[in-house]
Amino acid sequence: MRLITRLLVYLLLAVGAVLFLLPLAWMALTALKPLDQTMSSSLLVLPRRFEATLAGVRQEVRPGDLVSAPSIWGRLPGARQPVVLPAGSVSAGAWHPGHGPAIPVETVKIIPATATAPWREIIDLTGENRDVIPATAITSTVSFRWENFPRAIAAMRHFPRYFANTLLLCVLNVVGTVLSSSFVAYGFSRLQWRGREPMFGLLLATMMIPFPVVMVPLYTLFRWLGWVGTLQPLWVGSLFATAFNVFLLRQFFRTIPPDLAEAARIDGCSEFRIYWQIILPLCRPALVVVALFTFLGAWNDFLGPLIYLTDERDFTLALGLEAMKTSQSGATEWHYLMAASTVVIIPVVLLFLAAQRSFIEGVALTGSKF
Amino acid sequence: MTAGERRKLGLGLAFVSPWLLGFAVFTIYPVVASLYFSFCDYDVLTKPVWIGLLNYQDMVSDHVFWQSVGNTLLFNLLALPLGLVAALALALLLNQPVRFRGAFRAIYYLPSLVPAVAGAMVWLWILNGRLGLLNRALFALGVNHPPQWLLDPDWTKPSLALVSLWACGNSVVIYLAALQGVPRSLLEAAMIDGASAWDRLRHVTLPAISPVIYFNLLVGIIGGLQVFSSAFVMMGGGGPERSVLFYAIYIYQNAFEYRHMGYASAMAWILGLLILVLTWLASRASRRLVHYQTD
Repeated sequence: MRLITRLLVYLLLAVGAVLFLLPLAWMALTALKPLDQTMSSSLLVLPRRFEATLAGVRQEVRPGDLVSAPSIWGRLPGARQPVVLPAGSVSAGAWHPGHGPAIPVETVKIIPATATAPWREIIDLTGENRDVIPATAITSTVSFRWENFPRAIAAMRHFPRYFANTLLLCVLNVVGTVLSSSFVAYGFSRLQWRGREPMFGLLLATMMIPFPVVMVPLYTLFRWLGWVGTLQPLWVGSLFATAFNVFLLRQFFRTIPPDLAEAARIDGCSEFRIYWQIILPLCRPALVVVALFTFLGAWNDFLGPLIYLTDERDFTLALGLEAMKTSQSGATEWHYLMAASTVVIIPVVLLFLAAQRSFIEGVALTGSKF
Repeated sequence: MTAGERRKLGLGLAFVSPWLLGFAVFTIYPVVASLYFSFCDYDVLTKPVWIGLLNYQDMVSDHVFWQSVGNTLLFNLLALPLGLVAALALALLLNQPVRFRGAFRAIYYLPSLVPAVAGAMVWLWILNGRLGLLNRALFALGVNHPPQWLLDPDWTKPSLALVSLWACGNSVVIYLAALQGVPRSLLEAAMIDGASAWDRLRHVTLPAISPVIYFNLLVGIIGGLQVFSSAFVMMGGGGPERSVLFYAIYIYQNAFEYRHMGYASAMAWILGLLILVLTWLASRASRRLVHYQTD
């Protein structure tokens, strides 16, 4: 390949990679900022900690507006906090706004015209105390607010229960799906029987049925069983094999030469033992793929829990995260929302990093076996 | 049937019995019941009352229904081609002899694993009109009045298309696997014959991976018609002027918010039939357009 084409390919790939990672990076960055810094209009800056002496105490402060010199920092009658006034509009203890009568003002501080560096308003974290000081007197250090994570988790009420519920659903679905789908796939691939192919066609056809078609009757069925408001509707189905996984495993099972099973059969081995002790161990990679995607499906599921879980204490993480967003009134606390989102995403990222090959091979398999 | 055949049949049925049971309870029963409910007035709390075709007639005159149909089609006309072209382009780039292919592939794939709700939160923040990353960047570039992505009904669908584009990594991986299976001999032969890069793509690569394009398109259509989570989480019940009230969201609202289970079932059946027809059309078209390798 010519050098210029090569460079272009790398450039496009790199730009694409940055764009794909940017949302997650932005999420993590916001999660580590204090609230006021999520509101600043700057682009990608690291969270900082500002310190200055305010009311005689060295403490963390929120920087306010820049103050141009010369200015008067003065208290107007009835106001709790002083304000910045242009020096030219204040004379003889009174403020002369452009229109209307003069208002008496108590000068607290004078920002002299001789000030070389800019001055800045500072506010303490409670918002009670303010001051105006030279900007050079404010120290600024990069500081990630890790404490946002425990706070966001606390803001997501019942977080331990959401986590436990989600994990439980993941485990039950994985165990149920892997066992039932492999069992059924064995019947569709390793055994010869009349009617097998038409029945397998039927199984494939069910993949085309959109969820909304079965949504209402399933709801009434689970309601009749008294399971609405419990976790049962969200995992019981996995015990009955899912078409897609049966399909995937069948493709895999068929690649195993029949000799092994034949030998075992001659030795009087039961079909169940052949399935359990010969085929399953040989198909571990395919089972891992099925387990991974089932885990993810359960972890990410939103519509199912939305329909069946009624009590806030029984929610899953996905539902709890959504509830956290809707429960926020007034200004959105983006730093907490992003911290909570990060908490929900991190297990998925870790799982992916740990089992990257299985994921990629699994996805590639779904396309090629079609 | 001989005794041996009967034994084999029994054994086979025993192995597939979990699926058969599930098929009866979780597929046959719901599909039939849903058809029945679609002819009924049904609110779950009381018994369904047969009302004939009334639900279907109501649908014709329900302008919100038609709006949800329009929204869904428009969104898919935007998102599907965009996703297909982007995924194919990324896969073609990755298929070049580049280093770090695995790392790039992982980066493109990762967002498609992100839970829909968490992804929706992130994009809600990025697309925020005043404070979002996208508009901050546009401000910085000198755009004074960038779109209010999630508040302006003209921009809500493109916004969601962007979100779905971000999650196209699944298709990238599938395309890349297919591209790596394109016979090298064919490409080399075309090269010797003087075919340009574009000709090789057009006449060798694309036909060779056409079954996979067809697969992705089919999966895209079936999934796209049921798009739900990101729109529901980001903009609640349909967004500004119901601009992202998608078909599946309207079914959900009818079923679980208005308790019009019969109407929801009728809508679901129309969706099922539509998917059936589209799949059939796609499979017919595929016979002409898709090249299945035979060797």
